Amino acid sequence: MGKVVVVTSGKGGVGKTTSTAALGAVLAQSGKKVVLIDFDVGLRNLDLVMGAERRVVFDLVNVTQGQAKLAQALIRDKRVESLFLLPASQTRDKDALTEEGVAGVINALRDKFDYVLCDSPAGIERGAQLAMRFADEAVIVTNPEVSSVRDSDRIIGLLDSKTLKAEKGERVTKHVLVTRYDAGRAARGEMLSIDDVLEILSVPLLGIIPESQGVLRASNVGSPVTLNEPTNAAARAYADAAKRLEGEDVPMVTPVEKKGLLNRLLGRRVA
Amino acid sequence: MKLLDFFKRGGSAPVARERLQVLLAYERNNRNQPDLVAVLREEIIAVIAKHVQVNQDDVKITMDRGATTSTLEIDIHIPNAGIKAAAAI
Repeated sequence: MGKVVVVTSGKGGVGKTTSTAALGAVLAQSGKKVVLIDFDVGLRNLDLVMGAERRVVFDLVNVTQGQAKLAQALIRDKRVESLFLLPASQTRDKDALTEEGVAGVINALRDKFDYVLCDSPAGIERGAQLAMRFADEAVIVTNPEVSSVRDSDRIIGLLDSKTLKAEKGERVTKHVLVTRYDAGRAARGEMLSIDDVLEILSVPLLGIIPESQGVLRASNVGSPVTLNEPTNAAARAYADAAKRLEGEDVPMVTPVEKKGLLNRLLGRRVA
Repeated sequence: MKLLDFFKRGGSAPVARERLQVLLAYERNNRNQPDLVAVLREEIIAVIAKHVQVNQDDVKITMDRGATTSTLEIDIHIPNAGIKAAAAI
């Protein structure tokens, strides 16, 4: 039985899709069978970030409504053999998904894969609630910024009340993944620190992903950053986070500002 | 970066942290409850309306949530002509 992990945040644009792709790719590279499901019906983007946008034939809605078999809709990644994508529908809206339909898909995938990563849409409506509904674990993607932290807190409340596990009196295992962290700004007191975020949310930390230009370069070419630039600081942080998700004890490294004296004096920022 | 910033360590992050802590403490407590301010406003106005004719537009309500206490300020302009006969009640 595989693990169902929802990647969620409440707020949009904080890095859910980027994180789903990056974590999924590393987990698959380590030999696990991984499927990524895009729950953002109507605004799908995981296909684009994964570089599979031209290979989409059937989608999640087609499968839940019986218009396609699950195996027909799954797209195998061209780089990592054990990585698959189930895209969202682009032409339908979120009401096209039913709880029974999603339950059927997730249960079928749970049998065949080690990890089912559900990329949640932003918001707290139906789409987001269905993405988290059957989760065993949750990765809460948070930027060190007030509106993102507030929305994460709201999502934590939903994870503790609206999931199937919560309704059965069990708990979804929650992890916070801080993304777009700028060590220099945090050191100068211009950005919430990791300790601030963790103290406010009281959820254990999965990883700290530094702000990096490599993330945009990767999405430009349609490849998870962990595959596109494995030595990039953000990619390495994602790789560590993936190991922690697997239960490995990897020491947490808080990114530090890498600035030479010259750059410091000129006020230049590093990638 | 200005030279002054170079030595100054305190930024806006502590403010962000404090604002979040106050806000979330409130939001967590009130997640599954009706909005206290809305309830108080309606009930207080109902009580006053029993005795005085109040125009909804003449009611000004402000709220200030602090970390440990909050203030609810209700400012009602009562026209002198609107006072109902107290003897009748």
